[in-house]
Amino acid sequence: MSLLRMEEITKRFPGVVANDQVDLVLEEGEIHALLGENGSGKSTLMNMLYGIYRPDAGRILLRDKEVQFSSPTDAISAGIGMVHQHFMLVPTMTVTENVILGLKEQKGRWNPLLDTRGAEKRINALAEQYGLDIEPNARVWQLPVGAQQRVEILKSLYRNAEILVLDEPTAVLAPKEVEHLIEVLRNLARSGKSIIFISHKLNEVIQLADRVSVLRNGVLSGQVDVADATASQLAEMMVGRQVETPKKKPRKSGETILTTANLVVKDDRSLIAVDDLTFDLAKGEIFGVAGVDGNGQKELTEAIAGVRSIESGNLEISGLSKSRGKRFREIGHVTEDRHQTGVVLPFSLWENYALKVCGTPPYGNWLNMNTGVMQEQTRAAIDQFSIKATGPDVAMSTLSGGNQQKVVLARELALDPKLLLAAQPTRGLDVGAAEYVHERLLSARDSGMAIMLISTELEEVLALSDRIMVMYEGKSMGLVDASQASREMLGLMMAGVSLENIENGMSQ
Amino acid sequence: MEAFFSVLDADFFSATLRLTTPLLFATLGGILNERAGVINIGLEGTMLMAALIGVFGAWFSGSAWFGLFTGILIGGLIAWIHAFVSISLKANQIVSGAAINLIGVGLSSFLIRIVFGLKDQQRVVPHFEPVSVPYLSDIPLIGPILFQQHSLVYVALLLVPIMWVILFRTRWGLMITSVGEHPEASATVGINPLRTRYIAVILSGALAGAGGAFLSLGQLHFFQDEMVAGRGFIALAAVIFARWNPVGALIACLIFGGADALQFRGQAAGLAVPHQFMLMFPYVLTLAILVVVGGKSQGPAAIGQPYSKG
Repeated sequence: MSLLRMEEITKRFPGVVANDQVDLVLEEGEIHALLGENGSGKSTLMNMLYGIYRPDAGRILLRDKEVQFSSPTDAISAGIGMVHQHFMLVPTMTVTENVILGLKEQKGRWNPLLDTRGAEKRINALAEQYGLDIEPNARVWQLPVGAQQRVEILKSLYRNAEILVLDEPTAVLAPKEVEHLIEVLRNLARSGKSIIFISHKLNEVIQLADRVSVLRNGVLSGQVDVADATASQLAEMMVGRQVETPKKKPRKSGETILTTANLVVKDDRSLIAVDDLTFDLAKGEIFGVAGVDGNGQKELTEAIAGVRSIESGNLEISGLSKSRGKRFREIGHVTEDRHQTGVVLPFSLWENYALKVCGTPPYGNWLNMNTGVMQEQTRAAIDQFSIKATGPDVAMSTLSGGNQQKVVLARELALDPKLLLAAQPTRGLDVGAAEYVHERLLSARDSGMAIMLISTELEEVLALSDRIMVMYEGKSMGLVDASQASREMLGLMMAGVSLENIENGMSQ
Repeated sequence: MEAFFSVLDADFFSATLRLTTPLLFATLGGILNERAGVINIGLEGTMLMAALIGVFGAWFSGSAWFGLFTGILIGGLIAWIHAFVSISLKANQIVSGAAINLIGVGLSSFLIRIVFGLKDQQRVVPHFEPVSVPYLSDIPLIGPILFQQHSLVYVALLLVPIMWVILFRTRWGLMITSVGEHPEASATVGINPLRTRYIAVILSGALAGAGGAFLSLGQLHFFQDEMVAGRGFIALAAVIFARWNPVGALIACLIFGGADALQFRGQAAGLAVPHQFMLMFPYVLTLAILVVVGGKSQGPAAIGQPYSKG
């Protein structure tokens, strides 16, 4: 008897079949990976298991009994817990409050006061049982991401979850935290809990899972034991073809374009976000900035782009115009949050294109916009970047994330900037689109552009960069040549160990 | 200067408590709906309508308590409309609140003339009188201030700890706060954000209604056009000053109530300041406090944003 069987699940959304007769079998105490690209239907399938969507066809069996969930509440009471990619925690509340939120944890039947102490006791007991390191009285906003994730896991365990679904659990974690998570999940599996985790990263699937189901375009393209599979096999099942790693030509030396000295920048809460950074960046170079999200990369990028003021220190970009307006056009900026700062979703593609270029000939001057030229150029970009859109007039919101990103990249490269800031340029993109963005960045570098690549993905930083700086809590943990950098070394630096200490450690 | 300090006597503090009460009701209401993630700038219009309906209720039933009840009821009803427009229809909450304020001014001055007639608009209705607590009210200074007040003053003061306990020590408080901070997260643990917001907004309207009815039945004893005179807006400022905490609300309302009392007493004492300036005092103080405190306070994260299922 299997713990969970999803049989021939089909789910249609207007215009697409998100899941087409997908089968999934989960055994007790198993860690099962659900692998697939973005938009392959992984989340849809899990949302049906969690009662957020209802399948159009097919059935779900728990211990051989058919179940139907009309809301997450049903799924929770059937013993299914979900850890969402974007945590469902209230930042201003304590860990305990978040765990018991929505439950009837009161002191007595007629005493409506919260039984915080009783809840804390149970939280501590669960935390100890499964090796989750948690402080029940801490406020969630004060916790690092890894700890917040443990709170989410604990929330499910507190509700007696037997099946735990984790959506892209490692996307927000530092390598060190990933190790901790893996340990926790192994512990859970050993004590009989069953785990499904959604991922598009091959190495962690191989590292963690017992079995893997691969989805491609809403169809199950295979279910295999991880022990019997190789990375390239899984990649092929996921993408449907062989995947190539970008090839990098040797770097031509160029003149220095950006120099910073003891740069300090504050964040929106007036806390120091960039702490004493000194580095330079030359033409024809990709300078990689690695680090876990929220370690000052955003503030650094914004300071260079000129949209955030500098607290102290020096930041010089040579060869830029004096005028603030012109400077903005001389720096390309692919922002890290596409939807918030990169594009205007209701605008058409050409209007989004126009946002950056409109004041510069031939696209227009200080008074006029040459809409014809902008539409024409957008059309050219659609061809050149193979953007899946019917024309420059369609709204940005109708495009997939990958295609939106291509429009942004086309726009930022349109004015041939001296410096390109590319923050998380492939976040949320599928393998094909990411490959393309990588190619474009490399060809821009080869034609002499200075590029700063800010990414949380080690693979990406390693594959594209010439030099790599790792940021941790606003400080530089060290600057290394990409040819001498290894995953392990960068991982340690991302966790806050400086390059110096690593080298000292090695010499000992 | 001496004349200024001479107004700070037992009467002044007694008046402060009395003037604080309607503000406190409205502010506690404002805290409730804003914690649940809904802005209600219609508190002013709600209070005005409740002041009017309270007068009607008291007149036609002959009981001030029934008048209060009708005031609370109309407050809840108006808030229910605001809830429907802003939660279910997901319309702009500022616009909905502003509409309530505008309708309140027009409708109340229309209805008072229709119901009581042009000549008898300011008809005195059955109203609340201060209650002397036996023995305690005989204590010098403290007695008249604390123990010779309207019963509603005590109700408002009692509501402060009650609301504090509900908000911070019960699961209902957690639910209300969670739908104002992160409604999606609340939904994943089985809380219905829409229903929770409805309840918070309607209760908030009922509280503002109590405040409005106290203004007419406890202080003026009749209805006068635009008699709320911006207290609904001062309550909105008090919510921010209080940092969405009932205890803070008490402090904030005491400051504003004190400013109001000072202004009355100053006028009566014949200070050499034009009375228009005295009248301005509470509002200038509100502005000043908002300038100092407003920018730094962090409100509920999801405030003003309609929630829709993903």
